[in-house]
Amino acid sequence: MLEIKDLRVKLEEEDKQILKGVNLTVEAGKVHAIMGPNGSGKSTLSYVLSGKDGYEVTGGSATLDGDDLLDLDPEERAALGLFLAFQYPVEIPGVGNMTFLRTAVNSQRKARGEEAMSSTEFLKEIRAKAKELKIDAEMLKRPVNVGFSGGEKKRNEILQMAMLEPRMCILDETDSGLDVDAMKLVADGVNALRNEGRGFLVITHYQRLLDHIKPDVVHIMADGRIVKSGGPELALEVENNGYADILAEVA
Amino acid sequence: MNALLKSKQEAAATRLDSASLPAAAGWSKAAREDALARVRSTGLPSRRDEYWKYTRPDALTQADATEADVFKSDEPLVFDSFDRLKVVFVDGVFSAELSDDLALEGIEIARLAEAADISWASELYGTLEAKGQSPVERPLAALNTALATDGVLIRCTKTPSKPVSLIYRRDSTTADAMLHHVVKVEAGASLTLLENGPGAARLNKCLEALVADGAEFHHVRAQGRDHARSAATHMFVELGRESVFKSFTLTVNGKLTRNECVIEFTGDDAIAHVAGAALGDGDFVHDDTVFVTHDAVNCESRQVFKKVLRNGATGVFQGKILVQPGAQKTDGYQKSQSLLLDGDSQFLAKPELEIYADDVACSHGSTSGAIDEDALFYLRARGIPEGIATDLMTLAFLAEAVEEVEDDALKGEITGRLEGWLLRHSRA
Repeated sequence: MLEIKDLRVKLEEEDKQILKGVNLTVEAGKVHAIMGPNGSGKSTLSYVLSGKDGYEVTGGSATLDGDDLLDLDPEERAALGLFLAFQYPVEIPGVGNMTFLRTAVNSQRKARGEEAMSSTEFLKEIRAKAKELKIDAEMLKRPVNVGFSGGEKKRNEILQMAMLEPRMCILDETDSGLDVDAMKLVADGVNALRNEGRGFLVITHYQRLLDHIKPDVVHIMADGRIVKSGGPELALEVENNGYADILAEVA
Repeated sequence: MNALLKSKQEAAATRLDSASLPAAAGWSKAAREDALARVRSTGLPSRRDEYWKYTRPDALTQADATEADVFKSDEPLVFDSFDRLKVVFVDGVFSAELSDDLALEGIEIARLAEAADISWASELYGTLEAKGQSPVERPLAALNTALATDGVLIRCTKTPSKPVSLIYRRDSTTADAMLHHVVKVEAGASLTLLENGPGAARLNKCLEALVADGAEFHHVRAQGRDHARSAATHMFVELGRESVFKSFTLTVNGKLTRNECVIEFTGDDAIAHVAGAALGDGDFVHDDTVFVTHDAVNCESRQVFKKVLRNGATGVFQGKILVQPGAQKTDGYQKSQSLLLDGDSQFLAKPELEIYADDVACSHGSTSGAIDEDALFYLRARGIPEGIATDLMTLAFLAEAVEEVEDDALKGEITGRLEGWLLRHSRA
């Protein structure tokens, strides 16, 4: 599904290489996790895949079911079914959460040549999905993420994911700033979306999120490369011994 | 005599030589002659006036209107779906045929050009305008008092069942219109006045309003999408005790618009909010100039002006709050913000506070900035195309000004129009 080959990326503004040849394939129905120390390039990978400005691809490729992602605008990537759950969801004063989500759903449908979702249908869907994530109606009426707690912002990300039904979901440090209960709620939301046709790439510092969202494959990223891949036991190894041992081993 | 004043007086003399007092001036003759003398003495505005530093007044002061194409659209006019009393002007001339019957319970409406001597109006005509000439001269308003050819006199004694709606249709490419309205809202009454349409190729419009004790005056204006026209408008509003004045103006397009609003609190515990949302593209110039004088205790004033500018558009805000000695417990705030969608557009702001009382809360906030790139990316990452994402953020930015419209249906009308115009543009 998501195929990344020898991806090399530098910052546009300064001569700093962040990704130095990333190779990664996420198959449909699988959950891959990327772990790694600060500054290893995990978040950069998520931004480059979703199309944020400020990065220059100097080599390699990234495709989603064969479509070249790197040439597309962020909205085109989204319409193809790519979704990034942000580490820091952005507050947008004045834009209502409902208006935002409905515009997003229908923009994607339009781009794919599908019928727009009617407002009745949309309301029904969003109410049901918000309820599962314990998001109250008041939160839906508020401007996007404005005045939301850390946990509410992350739940709002998962709600968006549930409404947009992407094929490939990237979760960038979705556990940061969450207490155990909030993390459980978010993980339940993600698990409910797991199915055979959907791939996940879960970026995290800590193993604890992976207790709730069980990965099929765990990758360790360091200095802009995937340095080791393995099963879920690799995450436990990090939890117990830190990154130092693994990095020493591959060095 | 200094050279600047001399040249301004000469400009006034030239302009007035080709004009004459309307024949039917009658009861307003004295006020008109007085205004004429004021224009002759102050002269017409010049680029070198401090008050016209940011907006070139030439198109407004020159002898004739610049020829301007008429904007055509098949969409219904703003407020068309509302139950209201329509008063229609075509190129600045009242049209009895297009207007409703002017009779409405609780209100008296007369046409300026035809009115016999109405004592309340003759006491007001030109009075608030003359008062508003100090401490800053507003010669275009004096010129209007002197030469206005049409307009309405509205006296509201009770709260009428529907708004009065002044519609300014524009058919001619060269019409030079001068309209003058006088409004008196009597104690305890409440009037909603709607205005929409471009008016004329060149429009000089003046509105004087006296809001008596405990009265309310709500004003919602949409200046039309006509781009080629130019306009100078003045509102002079005097507020009595515990009265309320709320004004909102929507301006989309317009090569030159100068909207001046002069508010004076003369009675305690009154409220005045004046707001504007403007959307400009290309050679758009829009100037909001506001002067609020607090001369009473415990009054609240708000100025909320928002402008979205692109492709080299220019926005200007000059806002002043003057708190006179003794006007304690004044609560005054002014906010002027612009969203610059590109590097070619500019926003010029001059907020001023002048305070002679010690127990007041007065402040201002003026900002101008580009669209928030992080927010834009967030919206796009969810599949919203850049144009629509920009429009959503534009609407969000203007919403604070639109919020000042108190009536929900009218607020919805303004928001709906803005959405329609913006989203059509980005979907095209």
